[in-house]
Amino acid sequence: MTSTRDIVLWVVLPYVCLAVFVGGHAWRYRYDKFGWTTRSSQLYESRLLRWGSPLFHFGILAVFAGHVMGLGVPETWTAAVGISEGMYHFMAISIGAVAGLATVVGMALLIYRRRTNGPVFGATTRMDKLMYLMLGLVVALGMWNTIAGSMLHTYGDYDYRLGVSVWLRGIFTFQLHPELMAAAPFSFQAHGAVAMLLFALWPFTRLVHVFSVPFFYLWRPYVVYRSKPERLGARAPRRGWERSERTLR
Amino acid sequence: MRIMAQMSMVMNLDKCIGCHTCSVTCKQAWTNRTGTEYVWFNNVETRPGQGYPRTYENQETWEGGWTLTKRGRLQLKAGGRLKNLATIFSSPKMPSIQDYYEPWTYDYETLTNAPLQEHSPVARPMSLISGKDMNIAWSANWDDDLGGSELLAADPVLAKVSDKVKIAYEQTFMFYLPRICEHCLNPSCAASCPSGAIYKRAEDGIVLVDQDKCRGWRKCVTGCPYKKVYFNHKTGKAEKCTFCFPRIEVGLPTVCAETCVGRLRYIGLVLYDADKVLEAATVTDPHDLLESQRSVFLDPFDPVVVREAEAAGIPRDWVLAAQRSPIWALISTYKVALPLHPEYRTMPMVWYIPPLSPVVDVVAETGEDAEAAGNLFAAIDTLRIPVEYLAELFTAGDTAPVTGVLKKLAAMRSYMRDITMGRDGDPSIPEAVGMTTTEMEAMFRLLAIAKYDERYVIPPAHAEQAHNLEELATECGLNYDGGPGMGGSGPFGEGSGAGTPLAVENFRALKDRQTADTSADPASPHARVNLLNWDGRGTPGGLFPRRGEPHDAPPDPPSTGAGTDPGAGTGRRSEADGGTAS
Repeated sequence: MTSTRDIVLWVVLPYVCLAVFVGGHAWRYRYDKFGWTTRSSQLYESRLLRWGSPLFHFGILAVFAGHVMGLGVPETWTAAVGISEGMYHFMAISIGAVAGLATVVGMALLIYRRRTNGPVFGATTRMDKLMYLMLGLVVALGMWNTIAGSMLHTYGDYDYRLGVSVWLRGIFTFQLHPELMAAAPFSFQAHGAVAMLLFALWPFTRLVHVFSVPFFYLWRPYVVYRSKPERLGARAPRRGWERSERTLR
Repeated sequence: MRIMAQMSMVMNLDKCIGCHTCSVTCKQAWTNRTGTEYVWFNNVETRPGQGYPRTYENQETWEGGWTLTKRGRLQLKAGGRLKNLATIFSSPKMPSIQDYYEPWTYDYETLTNAPLQEHSPVARPMSLISGKDMNIAWSANWDDDLGGSELLAADPVLAKVSDKVKIAYEQTFMFYLPRICEHCLNPSCAASCPSGAIYKRAEDGIVLVDQDKCRGWRKCVTGCPYKKVYFNHKTGKAEKCTFCFPRIEVGLPTVCAETCVGRLRYIGLVLYDADKVLEAATVTDPHDLLESQRSVFLDPFDPVVVREAEAAGIPRDWVLAAQRSPIWALISTYKVALPLHPEYRTMPMVWYIPPLSPVVDVVAETGEDAEAAGNLFAAIDTLRIPVEYLAELFTAGDTAPVTGVLKKLAAMRSYMRDITMGRDGDPSIPEAVGMTTTEMEAMFRLLAIAKYDERYVIPPAHAEQAHNLEELATECGLNYDGGPGMGGSGPFGEGSGAGTPLAVENFRALKDRQTADTSADPASPHARVNLLNWDGRGTPGGLFPRRGEPHDAPPDPPSTGAGTDPGAGTGRRSEADGGTAS
């Protein structure tokens, strides 16, 4: 029997956060393309950034890939290709620990830099501070789950791939399992809940730059040419006011 | 053949007095905002000198521009596309604010609220970056006029000339180098931009940053070897010189050119073959880059080129403007203009006429006649340092083209002196540099007395009616001067209702206004005088109450006597009448 609290936390909250995440990005892109940037502070300081930023970014990219593996791929699939539970966890813990360590060290460097360097701190908005708090909390809880949960077995033999993962996939396939999260250890619950709040916060912070990864750069021609738009004036003509030549062509 | 038109500029360095008027007016127009305090789209450097940002020309450090790979292919100096993406999290070769300079203001408030004291209060400098007190240690022109100082040791161009060169006081030479964005044919900033936000306009070749597409990856700052793309640290976006495109589109020169005191800037079109650009930028020997870039330009008088240009959709008046273009004349006809650092392989499109004055100064100091062709030719051949330095700036170190240009300038100086002094010109002088007397006199006219509309041949863009047409549809049709809709303001008082048209005057309107006798149309009894346009000439009707009249009297009838003083009409552009006034 699932309580109302569990329904709110593990069914309502994920969908609300997901809606804010998607709708927020659409809104931000529509109305604030100019504000859609990394807001780099490299101009002020680059000695610490040179180490901190790549460490953090590559670390968190690896962490993200690990989450896609651990949460997205069912245990039955990995078992089907011959990867045993023990092997999987050894891989996950070793790679995950390195990636997590890089993320934590990088983030610590970046936050230290942001707090101690005057101009960088001056360029920090309230939204940035809130975002750092949430992100730091999620990363810390995640590290705790890896170290305490998977390495030291603080919670016995809890296998998140049969619990948290199934719940999360269910969100997207509409097979809701709030009871699985209700049964998970507290630190896993906290990690999930804070992460959901971070996702809701995402579109309103500088984190939007994640969706600007310029993969297209690898294929596009080096020099981009643009022509003036054919229409007259700076705005598109209103309906019924289009030029007549266009229809004649 | 793929013909494109390029709006470009030539600067005659002999005329630059280093007054920084171009920099200041440009800054007032474009970069007087927070986040761009340290940004100068136009700056003037004293050469030899370190430049702005410091030592930007040392591409082994800053990795700007293009380089040839071992297989002879063109590649960004900072690395290929994959490396560019892999280093996206911390752009490795970006100058810091200290390499530009830390912008500052002064604590002016102290001057007014300091308590009574024995000594006058001092406004201390405060950093615009950190907001704290600071010591001013560098700026965009900190080594201004410091030819011969120890600061020069860091000039990367001087280092290339020769390690034997010691800047002894006696050998000192100095000139000014005004710089804007080069609006290159092969822009490495655009090629470095991961987001594809930097683009080259197909119509006139102006390179711009799309502020909505820029994501602040800062790769363009590294990519540009001239360091003319800047990072706005408040908005987190790249910004660069726009070639004042809103002015160019209506036929006006850029702000830097318009306000240039020495009238040393020329603006015009060049037609070029876009298909040949890459090949021209890939020639192996850097010394060939000057000639290969010249070969990309197309002769606007060639009937084939004219036909192809029209087939490519370049309007007829643009082709005519390309034929009248001072740029084409200086680059390809007289061949006196040279590109800045062609070895960066970006095919820059702001070219320079190298200064003869360092040579003239040396000859003059010896007591010899510094305007005699023979003396100048000999000096150009023997004075290694200025010539080699200029060659490192303009021809990738090849002294022959620089010597050729300087000799042409020397020949012109000497030949025209005879004519000015009332003697017959000596035809052997132009011949010595491979020119006819007619060519020499035409070149003299372009370099020395060219008027406004000869220096700036800018055909308006063919959307110049766009804004007006748009206003037609959105404004009240009766809202013309004197029309029944001319209520003066909207329903909610002054400032409400449809906005005042923002369109910049086009060249013809500006000329009409400045050569007109009155500031308002005398045919219209209700003509309103725009005070911003009133240049102080005459007293237009309706501007002042008539003397001795009650103030609530009806407005003056249009006075034909307004501005009757013809002597007052020495508007700055009356030179466009062909110089008859002088």
